[in-house]
Amino acid sequence: MAVIDLANPTRFLALVQRVLPWLAALTLIAFVAGIVMAANAPDDYQQGATVKIMFLHVPAAWLAMLGWSVMSVAALGTLVWRHPLADVAGKAAAPIGAALTLLCLVTGSLWGRPMWGTYWVWDARLTSVLVLFIMYLGVIAIYWTAEDPGRGARAAAILTLVGAVNIPIIKFSVDWWNTLHQPASVMRLGGSAIDPSILYPLLVMAIAFTLLFVTLHLAAMRNEILRRRVRAMMMTRAQTLAGARA
Amino acid sequence: MTVLGMDLGTHAGFIIAAYAAAIVVVAGLIVWVVADHAAQKRLLGELEKQGVTRRSQKQP
Repeated sequence: MAVIDLANPTRFLALVQRVLPWLAALTLIAFVAGIVMAANAPDDYQQGATVKIMFLHVPAAWLAMLGWSVMSVAALGTLVWRHPLADVAGKAAAPIGAALTLLCLVTGSLWGRPMWGTYWVWDARLTSVLVLFIMYLGVIAIYWTAEDPGRGARAAAILTLVGAVNIPIIKFSVDWWNTLHQPASVMRLGGSAIDPSILYPLLVMAIAFTLLFVTLHLAAMRNEILRRRVRAMMMTRAQTLAGARA
Repeated sequence: MTVLGMDLGTHAGFIIAAYAAAIVVVAGLIVWVVADHAAQKRLLGELEKQGVTRRSQKQP
């Protein structure tokens, strides 16, 4: 099967049907491995056991940005090629990205209180992630309230591409401004600053969260395709009933 | 505080709350996807029972 064939919703559904159980099983295995490794990871010499919050917070933050990046690519597909599957991908990713951004904010606050002495501070990193969360909610609101799904999809795609500017701002906010949030310690020039005993559990948890995102995204795309079929059939039935009355 | 054999120190409450939040968010997403799939399949089944078809399914 050529990659271009997957742009056909029916073929895409058949592929999802086949790969979803395997992806779900892989996700479960990765989470079990990640949680066992995280539980056995040593305490940080400065932060103590609170470093265990990092195994949730950092993957959630990565996926929050990945989610918007996926939506941005999908938005290009909607606006440039006007492909319905691109719109399906964007719409399906939004709630998942929003949920993971919320998790990033909540776990960050719960980590910040014992380490910084406060749940929240209006520094560039925290504020830009909060803006990302609000933009996710905005995109979801557009998708779910638009009377014409086509116009709603285009409006959501434009907001998504405008909001993509925020992704590098989030990433580099800790370098560009003086923030309470620590600078990058995993993906940085010169290699990771984290000891392998803590880095490896973090990477396994990141893989687990990424697999979770992919699994949920494919499942949500399948649901969205089915929802559009239901809508199309309801429109057909309404037209038939209107024709019979005329 | 010791939880499941792990010494979580004096900030155990924050660690437990973070993991509880993760469980709620992940479980919520899974329930949403599974419930939505069931709902769409049910609606499709009802429409097909009524003989409604999509345009692409109609005979030429």
